[in-house]
Amino acid sequence: MRHRTFVSFIWPSAFVMLLFIAVPIISVGVQSLFIQHEQVIETVENCGPFGCKQTQQINYEATETLRKEKPLGRFVGLEAYTNRNHLALEEVKESWGTANTYQEFYKDIMNLPFYKALVFTLTYTAIVTPMVLILGFLVALSVNRLPSIFKGPTIFCSLLPFIVTPLIGALILFWMIDADGIIGGTLQIIFHNPELSLKASPTLTWITLIIYGIWHSAPFSFIVFYAGLQTVPKETIESAKIDGANKWEQVRYVIIPHLMPLVIFIALMQLMDNFRVFEPIIGFNASANATSLSWLIYNDLRGSDGNMVFGSAAATSFLMIIGVCILLTPVLIRTWRSYQKVS
Amino acid sequence: MIFDQIKKFNFLTLLALAFLILWLVMAMFPFIWTLWGSFKVQGDFFSKQDWKNAIYGVFTLSETGHYFTGKGYKGAWIIKEFWRSTINTIIVTFSVVTISLTLGTLGGYALARSGFRYAFWILIIALIFRAMPHITLVSGYLFPFFQLNIWGYLATTIIVMVAINQPFTLWMLHSFFLNIPKELDESAMVDGCTRFQAFRNVIIPVMWPGVITTGLFSFLLAYNDFALTGLLLTHENQTMVPKIASFLGTTQVEGNIMYAVAAVVSATAPLFVLVMFFQRQIVSGLITGAVKG
Amino acid sequence: MFRQILLVLILSLFSVAAYAGCGINSGSVRVIANDFPAIHAVGDAAKECDGGGVEISINYNKDHKDIHVAALTANPAEFTSSIVANSTFVDLHNNGLIRPLNEYVEKYGDGISKNQLITIDGKVMAVAFMANSAHLFYREDVLKAAGQNPPKSFEELLTVAKAIKDKGLMEHPLGGVFKSGWNVGNEFVNLYLGHGGELFKAGTAEPNLNNAKGVAALNMMKAMTEYMNPDFLTHDSNANQALWEGGKIALVHLWGSRAGAVTDGENSTSEIENSTKFAGALTVGGGSTPAAALWWDGFVIAANIPDADAEATFRALANGVSLKMAQANQEKANWIIKGATPTAAGVGVSATAQAGAHPYPMVPFISSLHGAIGSEIVDFLQGKESAEQALSDVEAAYITVAKEKGFL
Repeated sequence: MRHRTFVSFIWPSAFVMLLFIAVPIISVGVQSLFIQHEQVIETVENCGPFGCKQTQQINYEATETLRKEKPLGRFVGLEAYTNRNHLALEEVKESWGTANTYQEFYKDIMNLPFYKALVFTLTYTAIVTPMVLILGFLVALSVNRLPSIFKGPTIFCSLLPFIVTPLIGALILFWMIDADGIIGGTLQIIFHNPELSLKASPTLTWITLIIYGIWHSAPFSFIVFYAGLQTVPKETIESAKIDGANKWEQVRYVIIPHLMPLVIFIALMQLMDNFRVFEPIIGFNASANATSLSWLIYNDLRGSDGNMVFGSAAATSFLMIIGVCILLTPVLIRTWRSYQKVS
Repeated sequence: MIFDQIKKFNFLTLLALAFLILWLVMAMFPFIWTLWGSFKVQGDFFSKQDWKNAIYGVFTLSETGHYFTGKGYKGAWIIKEFWRSTINTIIVTFSVVTISLTLGTLGGYALARSGFRYAFWILIIALIFRAMPHITLVSGYLFPFFQLNIWGYLATTIIVMVAINQPFTLWMLHSFFLNIPKELDESAMVDGCTRFQAFRNVIIPVMWPGVITTGLFSFLLAYNDFALTGLLLTHENQTMVPKIASFLGTTQVEGNIMYAVAAVVSATAPLFVLVMFFQRQIVSGLITGAVKG
Repeated sequence: MFRQILLVLILSLFSVAAYAGCGINSGSVRVIANDFPAIHAVGDAAKECDGGGVEISINYNKDHKDIHVAALTANPAEFTSSIVANSTFVDLHNNGLIRPLNEYVEKYGDGISKNQLITIDGKVMAVAFMANSAHLFYREDVLKAAGQNPPKSFEELLTVAKAIKDKGLMEHPLGGVFKSGWNVGNEFVNLYLGHGGELFKAGTAEPNLNNAKGVAALNMMKAMTEYMNPDFLTHDSNANQALWEGGKIALVHLWGSRAGAVTDGENSTSEIENSTKFAGALTVGGGSTPAAALWWDGFVIAANIPDADAEATFRALANGVSLKMAQANQEKANWIIKGATPTAAGVGVSATAQAGAHPYPMVPFISSLHGAIGSEIVDFLQGKESAEQALSDVEAAYITVAKEKGFL
């Protein structure tokens, strides 16, 4: 395709992405290198319904003059990336020097918000992604064996966890898994433990979030695999059977290799989405026991009234993008090879 | 279909069936529970006393005189005018799906046929774009939107969603187009068509399965989005999800949680119709595309 | 004849206009506000002035606090007013986004009493109309069964809770809004203020928590958790209300704005509702000021708008916070509007205010500190680290943010 034609086809799509994604990314990147001007603080008398009090406020005019001189703020380079709320290089170095055992070092590291979030995010991604692939594949194989009249409703019901708004899905599940809720209450009976609570211990919270993640995303991989199964050539299966392959061997040597491109596709999307895990943490009020990188950004921007820390959120966002790139490298290399082949 | 030959009852079929039933129970149970609970009062469905209240409807009976109540639905649809949000959601999802697919098919086609190295890099950049958390993006939009006086309109939100949705759409459609043989449009061009004519006359008729599948995912994104719609729309223009979120109340004030539950059930119903209607196309769409990854 | 008819027509038009517009006949009023019933009541009353040349639109949004700074920074501002609370007021005020209201209060402030005005160095910056604070909710019947009087301090709260538990009346008698994040941070702020602590070193943005008072506040929280449901770190106000209505807890320090909801004849048994009683916030550590910060909600007017719009906005909102509105919506909030009387559910907040509780601090750096507290003290409550370690983590996290925001 000639460059000119290429451009005329792609420009609308490229234009919206540039305007609404690339420009913000660049501005966020620039922002993460600066901190705000020194705020000029003054003491004033503040009176309200509950009496008068001396408090501090920002002298707006004085601060504004500073801001006019340098609209971007004070340049600090990569400090936002290395400070305590992010990579915490100093704290890590110090702990490495003082900690006597690895356990102690690990404890120190887990006390830093970024690493705490990173550990959960990676664990979540590492468990949920393969489980989603496996569960989705098994469901797809099973649905494929059903008589065709049952297929339609089964497909819809299987899709339910994926299509319902995560915000609300998590809210309702949050009540169901409560120690006094239907699932939580039933688990207490099953395990003969009236004190069992899925929300109290970190381990159980992690397990709950991970199961929720698998439950929520499995339908996505199911529908893709199910579609893929329809394309497995009958002849190949037949000839495998003639060669004496049993069911397991048919799946292992015929179906799975045929579906490999789909596995890559789902893995790619799932790695990205799971790395961004966020909604269940909010929905399950789980931030005491589990935080993720996306949650850190949320906390910086929306966590408490008006405490927007743009630079910090920007830095975390960039660290996340780098993380995604690292995670996706194997997949990308494969795509690059197949791309070379095509062209 | 693969296993159609094996009609006889055997252990494996039984195992598959048992597994499937287990999965369906897991997948459906929360929704059946919600559907049932949406006809109860809050004291029953969100009971701390005893979850069995949700089944027997103790408070529903004492507060309304019946075992079932439509209060949640009445509150959401009539008192809180949920229908307005429904109309907004229809406008938003329809526009987002149409516009993203239009842009996406053009772009995806170009990427699939380009053959130059930069096409690969565009795809990679698109993927990195997709990694950007939406909350960071939306905070960046607010001030410029207010300054340009385009905040709050459905159109603004639609364009933003289209943009955010483009990376996924491009990726998916690009792999669909890779599956359509090159010879098809090339032979049309040999016959004297321009690239665009070839696209229109030869490619468009065969691309529908892929487009419908991609459309489903765009639809779900627009339908379920909260990060963008929560901050970019005025009260009148709110779509369903931020509206439902507004029923939940704040830390100081109690919300109308049953309105939210009823609204969620109402919001899932059209999806049922949609999936039932399109399931064949979705599956056949996935067959032809995506397989290439 | 014709002339007379015309005259009558014109006159009647004028009177309609005057009626519909509360006397306002030009300007554009655009308000952004949170989305809950009390605010809707104010908004609806302000909307009565709509028509006759003035256009009034009110944007209710649950996330208004995330929008209003950007919206009012734009020039001209998207909204002419925002309905704020102590904490959200600070953002707008410190960015120079709101205007002094003295002139309007003088002209149109007949229905506004002096203690509704938020005055900074003599400049009226906001008009408050409702108050809120945490205070004690207790179950009279359960306390009686345990042979206990309602507690006056947090120390007594623990004794009463212990008595209830020991008698086997309830497994976890104590509630608490301890959800990690803002809520648990708020509990700490309340207790720390109750201990007489100052959150910042005088006159600066330097944190001042890592001291004996901070440790005492944390230890009190830890002691409370012994009598709470083990899920306490996930319990927000909604969960506490449900616990209360389900009869699972007998004592809780909860938002006054929830008092009406637990006695509204819904979702609970009459037995529980009838013995639900309210009292002012508790003291702690032998102090005399209640350990609960006072909050207000009020309106401000944007700076970046034409004066005519500002004036129209003030008049419309003054109508919105009128006594008539407060009387018609008595149960929806603790109105602090001139002439409004507190309801049965409002006694807790009034008692807390009368006992001399501190208002929630209105310094520019409070939200950064509050956020840091909310996420860093959780490890201590889970028993993973010492109180001193938790407090030094809070300070470290806060200092990082405060540096970025230019406070330090």
